[in-house]
Amino acid sequence: MNSVWVTTFAIAMAAGTTLVFAAVGEVVAERAGVLNLGLEGMMLVGAVTGFMALDRTGSLELGVLAALAAGALLGLLHAFLTVSLRADQIVAGLALTIFGTGLSAYLGRDVVGKPARDSFDPLAIPLLHEIPWVGPVLFDQNLLVYTSYVLVAAVWIVLFRTRLGLHLRAVGESAGTADAMGVSVVGLRYGAVIVGGSLAGLAGAYLSLARTPGWSEGMTAGRGWIAVGLVIFARWNPLGALAGGFLFGLMEALNFQAQAVGITLSPFFLGMLPYLFTIAAIVFAALVGGRRLGAPAALGLPYRREER
Amino acid sequence: MRRLGPLVVEQRRVASRWTSALVRVAAIALALGLGALILEAGGYSARDSYRTMWDAAFANRDALAETLVAATPLIFTGLAVAVAARMLLWNIGAEGQLFLGAAAASWLAFSFPDAPRGLLLPAMVVAGAVGGAAWAAGPGVLRASLGVSEIVTTLMLNFVAILFVDYLVHGPWRDPESSGFPLSKPFTTSAILPSFGDTRLHAGFLIALGAAIVVWTLLRSTRFGYEVRVIGESQPAARYAGMPLRRNIVVVMLVSGGLAGIAGMSEVSGIVFRIQPDISAGFGYTGIIVATLGRFSAPGVVVAAILFGALQVGGYALQTTEVPPSIVQVLQGAILFITVGAEVLARYRVRWSPGREKRTPLAEKAP
Repeated sequence: MNSVWVTTFAIAMAAGTTLVFAAVGEVVAERAGVLNLGLEGMMLVGAVTGFMALDRTGSLELGVLAALAAGALLGLLHAFLTVSLRADQIVAGLALTIFGTGLSAYLGRDVVGKPARDSFDPLAIPLLHEIPWVGPVLFDQNLLVYTSYVLVAAVWIVLFRTRLGLHLRAVGESAGTADAMGVSVVGLRYGAVIVGGSLAGLAGAYLSLARTPGWSEGMTAGRGWIAVGLVIFARWNPLGALAGGFLFGLMEALNFQAQAVGITLSPFFLGMLPYLFTIAAIVFAALVGGRRLGAPAALGLPYRREER
Repeated sequence: MRRLGPLVVEQRRVASRWTSALVRVAAIALALGLGALILEAGGYSARDSYRTMWDAAFANRDALAETLVAATPLIFTGLAVAVAARMLLWNIGAEGQLFLGAAAASWLAFSFPDAPRGLLLPAMVVAGAVGGAAWAAGPGVLRASLGVSEIVTTLMLNFVAILFVDYLVHGPWRDPESSGFPLSKPFTTSAILPSFGDTRLHAGFLIALGAAIVVWTLLRSTRFGYEVRVIGESQPAARYAGMPLRRNIVVVMLVSGGLAGIAGMSEVSGIVFRIQPDISAGFGYTGIIVATLGRFSAPGVVVAAILFGALQVGGYALQTTEVPPSIVQVLQGAILFITVGAEVLARYRVRWSPGREKRTPLAEKAP
């Protein structure tokens, strides 16, 4: 393997991280039984608020915090619509995406194309980054990429190795049973959707503060939707989301590296790769996993105690 | 049932038609209120902004014509989303289907520039429909055969379609005389839809109304429409009745994609007279709001599309002021999610019923 491919894989890792954040958040929400199709809108709002906070204060940390908070707020709105009002989760999510797209454009009107005051730059981890091949790909990245590794591990542990995770998954599989066990369906669903929203906000901030520092309207370019597809591909498992994020990132990286690795396809067709790959991935998942694919059984269903 | 003083709140299965309409009007009013708050918070005058928007959309004959021009593609995409949604399918790929329809129609326009108008224009409508339907076929077949979510697939194909048109316009169809901004060659006059008087309102609007009538009749008085409605209400019931579920999924997606494809034809042939990357201002996505607001019925879609056309025209007018036109997108999104939330509330009925009914002692009842 030569250095061109190492560079390509490193770009893939960096490009995939935004998908990892968004997809892990969506895994949490969907495991609790709430589908959130508002990811794209939440990511855009996260990207713009993160960048604006950086622009006002010069602090990257505040930028990240602002994005997390903005995402959480939109998550709260989605939870209110779908959990409390029991609105259709699909329509509510679409509404959120359309609203978020407009809101981000409105909020960011004065910072379009403004140069970033600061950005998360690569920070090689001593020793680890010297491991051949793996080192430069995994351990010569920015702080947020490392955060995503920790996040994936943490969410996996919480979901599959703690009581809280057990309860969360119970709520997503059979809300009535969980309720009978004394688990708060409403509380856990609210919590999961808010966590999912804040991670979507972070995914957006990763774009505007690290990957391509700056703000432009619609800069997520469908990555929120790719993340929704990625969750299916990952079979609702954060580890799968990390692997999938890398694969999807690779499709994007090939776009930058086309000449270097000797691909002569038109850039327009190369640009289609991530989207076509998403379709291929969920078709593959359906072929392998059958109709339900191991989706949480209560996904998309509102819970009414009176109808238990 | 829940009691709040003298009021009794009861749940009903479906919201009544009237409450539903009322909810929508209230949602629009609320969204405008929210928009006013956002505008004022940003230091703009909400009053002046709304005034500008209203004048641009309704003040005179030309303004009305512009509103209908903007409503035209939204009627098509709104119908596209509505037809699919009747069967609980979410086609959020109307945007991509619109682009493919536009590309297919343009291909005809470039291939037969000298064909008679009366022949070329209908052929272009058909080509638009076929292009859009072809783009929706894949997601339909995948959903029917493997249960793959049509939401994700139709959406992904939007980006692919736009890149494809980008490629055409930058490459094979590029106008050699255009410099910088990529455009295709212009259409010949026989590929251009006639327009009304000196306005920009074109025959595409009539085709859109025709499409609404066709969809309305299709859903109301044909076997296919009946099956779509039954499947939308209850899949098990449809299965017991022996209705072909999978075939209907594919057919509905084809119809839906075809409608969105005609939107593309109508835009290139009625408004821009060539194909270029910015033929759609997110019409496919706005179609989702239009369909939801119109309760997924054809007449409802037409009304909602005209309303949203007015919003769009109002948004363009804001570009000449200091107010950011993206406020219109905020309004559109807010209208949708307030409707979604309020629709649920409309499923409750509040009844005036003071006090409990007094129990009459048995003794008094006896004669």
